[in-house]
Amino acid sequence: MSYTVAGAEGEWEIVCGLEVHAQVTSQAKLFSGASTEFGAEPNSQVSFVDAGFPGMLPVINAECVAQAVRTGLGLDAQINLVSKFDRKNYFYADLPQGYQISQLYHPIVGAGHVEIEVEGETRRIGVTRLHLEQDAGKSLHDQDPSRSFIDLNRSGVALMEIVSEPDIRSPEEAGAYLRKLRSILRYLGTCDGNMEEGSMRADVNVSVRKHGEPFRTRCEVKNVNSIRYVMHAVEVEARRQVDVWESGGEVRQETRLYDNVRGETRSMRSKENAHDYRYFPDPDLLPLVLEEAWVAELKTHLPELPDAKRARFVSQYGLSPYDAAVLVAEQATAVFFESVAHGRDAKAAANWVMGDLFGALNRTGRTIEDSPVSAAALGEMLDLMADNTINGRIAKDVFEAMVETGDMPGAIVEARGLRQVTDTGAIDAAIEAVIAANGDKVEQYRGGKEKLFGFFVGQVMKAMAGKGNPALVNEALKTRLAA
Amino acid sequence: MTSSLTELSIAAASEALRARKFSARELTQAHVDAIAALDSQLNAFITQTPELALAGADQADAALSRGDAGKLAGIPLGIKDLFCTTGVRTTAASRILGHFVPPYESTVTANLLRDGAVFLGKTNLDEFAMGSSNESSAFGPVTNPWSPPGKALVPGGSSGGSAAAVSAGLAMGATGTDTGGSIRQPASLCGIAGMKPTYGRCSRYGVVAFASSLDHPGPFGRSVADCATLLGSMAGFDPKDSTSADRAVPDFAAACARGVKGLRIGVPREYRQDGMAQEIDALWEQGLAWLRDAGATVVDVSLPHTKYGLAAYYIVAPAEASSNLARYDGVRFGLRGQTNGDLDDLYELTRAEGFGEEVQRRILIGTYVLSAGYYDAYYTRAQKVRALILRDFTEAFGQVDALLTPTTPNAAFAQGEKVDDPVTMYLNDVFTVPADLAGIPAMSVPAGLDGAGLPLGLQVMGRPFDEETVFAVGAAIEKSAGFTARPRLRAGV
Repeated sequence: MSYTVAGAEGEWEIVCGLEVHAQVTSQAKLFSGASTEFGAEPNSQVSFVDAGFPGMLPVINAECVAQAVRTGLGLDAQINLVSKFDRKNYFYADLPQGYQISQLYHPIVGAGHVEIEVEGETRRIGVTRLHLEQDAGKSLHDQDPSRSFIDLNRSGVALMEIVSEPDIRSPEEAGAYLRKLRSILRYLGTCDGNMEEGSMRADVNVSVRKHGEPFRTRCEVKNVNSIRYVMHAVEVEARRQVDVWESGGEVRQETRLYDNVRGETRSMRSKENAHDYRYFPDPDLLPLVLEEAWVAELKTHLPELPDAKRARFVSQYGLSPYDAAVLVAEQATAVFFESVAHGRDAKAAANWVMGDLFGALNRTGRTIEDSPVSAAALGEMLDLMADNTINGRIAKDVFEAMVETGDMPGAIVEARGLRQVTDTGAIDAAIEAVIAANGDKVEQYRGGKEKLFGFFVGQVMKAMAGKGNPALVNEALKTRLAA
Repeated sequence: MTSSLTELSIAAASEALRARKFSARELTQAHVDAIAALDSQLNAFITQTPELALAGADQADAALSRGDAGKLAGIPLGIKDLFCTTGVRTTAASRILGHFVPPYESTVTANLLRDGAVFLGKTNLDEFAMGSSNESSAFGPVTNPWSPPGKALVPGGSSGGSAAAVSAGLAMGATGTDTGGSIRQPASLCGIAGMKPTYGRCSRYGVVAFASSLDHPGPFGRSVADCATLLGSMAGFDPKDSTSADRAVPDFAAACARGVKGLRIGVPREYRQDGMAQEIDALWEQGLAWLRDAGATVVDVSLPHTKYGLAAYYIVAPAEASSNLARYDGVRFGLRGQTNGDLDDLYELTRAEGFGEEVQRRILIGTYVLSAGYYDAYYTRAQKVRALILRDFTEAFGQVDALLTPTTPNAAFAQGEKVDDPVTMYLNDVFTVPADLAGIPAMSVPAGLDGAGLPLGLQVMGRPFDEETVFAVGAAIEKSAGFTARPRLRAGV
């Protein structure tokens, strides 16, 4: 079932490609030693290179190169052992050198791909290329009525521009691609994927066409900074283009802005007014030459990536593909799960992580990294269930207490006297009391209304404050009622 | 005493300083006095730093007393005002840098300071090193010390202030940069030696960029050996310049004494130009005869793409300059045009006020040749020509060890003579540009005087990173030429 936009003249197909700008995780900038930490005082992380001072020269940061190569390897992409830097020339107040150093003609990473799953269907989205480039600074136009302020902290920070093929066919696929890409980058530790802080942003290229047609003219929606907005931008831009074509107009190639308040895209500049960037090879930098052995060495140290981990979770732990996908989406979750599942019932571990733990994290607004319940604690709780110290119902209460106090489950069980009762004398006494108090129901049950069995179990457990061993209670009740 | 101190070679001065025949302070004071006496006529300095120089001299004296003096201890130098110097205004001879005082030191000047050199000040140049006559400086033209009475000649460019200062005895040596001939051409016109080393030999860190792939820092001296000594200090691998060569620095000064016996010297036939002054041709022949007499073999070679060199240069250099000079926008440092308009108005006003005519012309040319639709026709083709020129040299150096040519097609000309005709001005670099495009070492050595008594230089070019052979050949010519003529305007006269 493929996604289409309904128009007056029939169904239109969306063609979309994404250019993702991902900030490289590194201590220092791409061509200077200045720090890249987010949130510092304006203009406190600026070297003379970043500020474009006379006579200053760029020197490539080897760690940024390694991060780009790791990312390329993670995207199963071709690593180009020789790549080159070019200058993209334009004037803007937050671009100190008057040019951005980028890689137009010879990027460091060539073709690769990302696999996404939408509605149970797996699709492969091509990655055209990945190149390294510098970020610009930031212009602040809203701080003063008559002046603009410039913050150069971001100036020179390393970005990876990851360009996809126009393989995306729906807003959902765009969202799935971004989520998957972000997951891979986070696994690799090459980008924190934090869209709110601007460390990942996307330019969205959209066109529409009727089934079987070649590509029509595309528009580029610039700088969209959340997955939800990207999905929405694809949707509204496609809708807009369908309306233009169907009203007899023609979509012009142009750059557009996404307005998340109004939920629309607006023209920014047309192709005729596009910058002439006057790209040419940066004469301050030699070609970037990588050694095959160095790339191979990076490859051996790559972590297990989401797709591989998911397959392993299915085969090793017997999880459903869906559950495995949920657990591997974030590396920290996968690590947490494996730690809980180690030597235990993996399905139970998965259920607790995805059910009660996710619920608790949601409720408390915390992440898996600062979870109030540690993997060790949850594991201990599963052990308490396995050795019949507590039953499933009590476990729910114990877990809530763990979320609240951060205490270990064993301590909670002891302190609150939640150990499950396996003493058949106590169970029998509770059963006798329940039967005595519910003579009418006993008769109905014995008269064939077997559904009432659950009622008796509930009553007995209630009488025992939930601590009765469910299997023993069931067995004793069955025997007693049959008598 | 004072006049003889400004006539010394660096080697002689160093020896005398170590023997305590005079102090570094006396030596520097002699040059400070010479500048005070003569620079109003020459305008070789944009910024004079006598206090800093004398303080540096005192430090050198202290180091000499302690016995831990560097090899250039107490040697007073001029620094082309394209090298950033910590705490000392650096202008690139442009209004746009305003009162820019760098908080950092270029690697080349830092190396010289490390070895104990004393800086007398910042020397004049063509604005952003764009020019062959030092007439595009925002701080006024430099007068060639060889000018006859009543007539001001150009010192060449762009490093005209450095060349004039060394020639006139205002400095014992100086730094320059050579992008299309900006060391060798003024050296030739001022009757001194100037060396453009291999690209990557001297770091460009802290040198205000003109054309990054062509900018070569290098030294001026009154002798080949002085150039060799200075280059030995200036050169060396610098991790702050990605194009710097990670190679050991040889003993250049020792190479000057090697002689040329057994060397094969090439004569590129394409350097024989129609309309070239007969006396230049004659000097060239004379130079070849000297080398033959000293034991070298002279061989005719061909550099077939020479004639395209100047055209390729005037595409590549402006292209890079148009991008390198984009940072002068009035936003962060230097001149800022006063406007109530928008950002574009700020750019336009700042750059219109800040850049002179020649710089604006080259920015326009560079912007044009890089623009969409013209890039391949100009820039890409020029790069192909550049590759062919390098191949010409590589093939020639398969047959010969060095090449000998005139440095310039003419001697010093009058101020104002070519300033209205940029193309004629550009033609002054016809013999020097190919070595910049190829990045090979080349130097100009004073070899004789023309009929008007003006100095003429010969150019020696060598294999990449073989400055030693270039120095050896240069020193042999210097020795045979016995060039002792001194300019009319000079210290102590």
